[in-house]
Amino acid sequence: MSGAAVSAKDLSLVFQSADAPVTALQKVDLTIGRGEFVSLIGPSGCGKTTLLRVIADLERATSGSITVNGVSPEQARLDRAYGYVFQAAALYPWRNVLRNVMLPLEVMQMPAAERRERAMKNLELVGLQGFETKYPWQLSGGMQQRVSIARALAFEPKLLLMDEPFGALDEITRDRLNEQLLRLWERTGKTVVFVTHSISEAVFLSNRIVVMSPRPGRILEVIESRLPPARQLDVRETSEFAAIAHQVRVALRAGHSYE
Amino acid sequence: MNEPVRSVAPVALVVATLLLVWYAMAVSLNAPQVIERLDGLGSPWGARQMVEATWSMERPVLPAPHQVVLNWWQSVFDNAIDSPRSLVFHAGVTLSATVLGFALGMLLGVLIAVGVVYNRVLDRGLLPWIIASQTIPILAIAPMVVVVLGSLGYPPLMSKAVISMYLCFFPVAIGMVKGLRSPDTLQLDLMRTWSANGPQILSKLRLPAAVPFLFASAKVAIATSLIGAIVGELPTGAQAGLGARLLSGSYFGQTIQIWSALLMASLLGVGLVAAVAGVERVVARAMGARA
Amino acid sequence: MKHWRIGVPLVVLLLVAWWMLGVVHGDGAKGAALGGLWVVLAAWVLLLWFVLDALARRQGGRTTQMLAPALFGLALIYLWELLVVGWQVPKVLLPAPHAVGQALVSRWEVLWPDFRQTSVAVLAGYTIGCGAGLLVAVAADRFGMLKRGLLPLANLAGAVPIVGIAPIMVMWFGFDWPSKAAVAAVVTFFPMLVNTLAGLAATDAMHHDLMRTYAAGPAATLMKLRLPSALPFVFNALKLNSTLALISAIVAEFFGSPIVGLGFRISAEVARMNVDVVWAAIALSALAGSMFYGVIATVEKAFTFWHSSYRS
Repeated sequence: MSGAAVSAKDLSLVFQSADAPVTALQKVDLTIGRGEFVSLIGPSGCGKTTLLRVIADLERATSGSITVNGVSPEQARLDRAYGYVFQAAALYPWRNVLRNVMLPLEVMQMPAAERRERAMKNLELVGLQGFETKYPWQLSGGMQQRVSIARALAFEPKLLLMDEPFGALDEITRDRLNEQLLRLWERTGKTVVFVTHSISEAVFLSNRIVVMSPRPGRILEVIESRLPPARQLDVRETSEFAAIAHQVRVALRAGHSYE
Repeated sequence: MNEPVRSVAPVALVVATLLLVWYAMAVSLNAPQVIERLDGLGSPWGARQMVEATWSMERPVLPAPHQVVLNWWQSVFDNAIDSPRSLVFHAGVTLSATVLGFALGMLLGVLIAVGVVYNRVLDRGLLPWIIASQTIPILAIAPMVVVVLGSLGYPPLMSKAVISMYLCFFPVAIGMVKGLRSPDTLQLDLMRTWSANGPQILSKLRLPAAVPFLFASAKVAIATSLIGAIVGELPTGAQAGLGARLLSGSYFGQTIQIWSALLMASLLGVGLVAAVAGVERVVARAMGARA
Repeated sequence: MKHWRIGVPLVVLLLVAWWMLGVVHGDGAKGAALGGLWVVLAAWVLLLWFVLDALARRQGGRTTQMLAPALFGLALIYLWELLVVGWQVPKVLLPAPHAVGQALVSRWEVLWPDFRQTSVAVLAGYTIGCGAGLLVAVAADRFGMLKRGLLPLANLAGAVPIVGIAPIMVMWFGFDWPSKAAVAAVVTFFPMLVNTLAGLAATDAMHHDLMRTYAAGPAATLMKLRLPSALPFVFNALKLNSTLALISAIVAEFFGSPIVGLGFRISAEVARMNVDVVWAAIALSALAGSMFYGVIATVEKAFTFWHSSYRS
């Protein structure tokens, strides 16, 4: 599909480790269309983060093919086609919030006035206007992650790659951030690939859920979510939600029995 | 574990480059004198002759590496160990002061550290001064100590050892304090549930926990102790010891002697630190550290 | 209430101290004849310990924390004065603080040029050594081969008494301050190299990945990530080097100097047994050392305020 944001065919990645080769990804076939919100879910070590890193050109696949925005992942990276959000905020403690958000813009050599304007705009998008001069350590974990998201959005990539961004936060904060992320996605129409190991997070956020098996990482099932758009947190109480979550849970359990 | 192996080739490369640069510098720095002498001889001379001459002068501005090594070799192996012409003799003199000062400094440092950890007054009153003293050039005291103790009749070994001791004890004290305080509150609480008394906590928890810190400070301390011993030989124009050799070499313009004394001092320093590191490895293994 | 516990004994201590000092400096009998005084002194020390203990127990801000060491230090100097004068300790062994103070003032026109001479050597050597160390570290960080070759050698240099090159430097650069600066430069080079390399290598893998996702080149990664993140390590070395540079310059002066310099002053006056001038020069060196260190620590605070070590 030429309009696909990510198109992976027969993708495999084998690590050479000290004892024996480790198959992190095995013949993964996946297509992600533009504007979709796709979650990768699976137990630890199932390769979901590895797959994300291959899309980001932080790892190289050992066989198979993958295109991002129609070009190789390396080209997409050089084109600054995506923003990456890590598990930890990874903010620079020596820069204040505003300068942290401006970091990618500096690297991409954007003029100063434009940098400031974009940074302010994205901080507003994540609801942190007024915090520009604060330093990372003065913010809570949830706020730091929001800055990290603002930073990933600052140069307006079409693709957002998120690796368990809310995993280190408490459930209450995580719920709030999930809602904010969903609203953000609706507003901006970006393509989001989201790695998580929380079933309810995956079901709440995505319109497609990719269930992966433990090592060697394969795609077990891709589940479409029929939840209404513009949904709020209380959709989690509905029976539709429970049905989809149940589907995901069954798929995950099936994957485990392969061991 | 393959880090050392990976380093061998690059280190060899860097050392080879440094040696090449050294030889080149020797030519350029010694050239003026050599050229003057060769011109004075009258007969024509070529570049090769000049270069060879720059590497075999008696009092070069910069001795060539092989000259230094040769001089060192001759001094070590062609002389009796107790002869004042032997670098081994001089190294021995400096070594004895170094080791004595190191031992005393370690003892003093550990005692003060225990005092600081267990006594509030020492902790709040004395420790800040010990930490602040690291900013002071303590070696400036060396001539004082040597002359004063000398005039009181103490042998030079004592005065050098006192300087070394004084230099060592600061890093050891500070390192030991950190080490004695390193066990976390979890461990201390556990001790309390067993009604352990002070000496038991000290011997069973704090001291063993402090061992890595002790060795880290010991490596710094022994290198410092060596410097102290060498500097201690300077003020009174001592006759024996590596510092004395450096001084006499500089008085009489014997460049090669200076360099080979420096080589000996470097070998001594590296050897001492390696010895401490070796002891550390043995102790660490006996205390269950992973290889 | 608590203030009385400290305040009253402190006043007693001060009054008794004043009295003892007067007795000892007076024209009366000295030495063993002052038997009664020593009993008073013993009691005084006990009271002092009590006050120090009470001060040490107090929690509080920076000023409160400084009370105990300040009193400890002052008491030590006082005891030094008292014991040296009271016991008539010979001047060559240990001069009294007041004699040192007098020497500092009376020989100032000699000591000040000494201070200047040594300071020039220290600052020049420090700048060259730290600057070179930083540059070589950045180069070695970029070229792994260079780093693998240099780092073991630099670590080895820590065991070598580098100050021993002083006579060679004198031979090459003459008796004046450049030879001392050269020694200081070589001594400060290695700690700077080792620490800067450690700092540059200490960056998080995550931060590196982030830079990769921005397709940032090595120059941008160096300037925006590695160097700022290496600053705490760099300042560590800068502080360490401030003391090392001063020591090296002074020791290098022991090996031979023109007729100026703190190190020269110490070794020359020691030979003449003018011990109070020696102590004055030592005190001046100590002052120089702590001031130098203090300046660097203050600058450090401005540049590395963000580091976790500033938040407990």
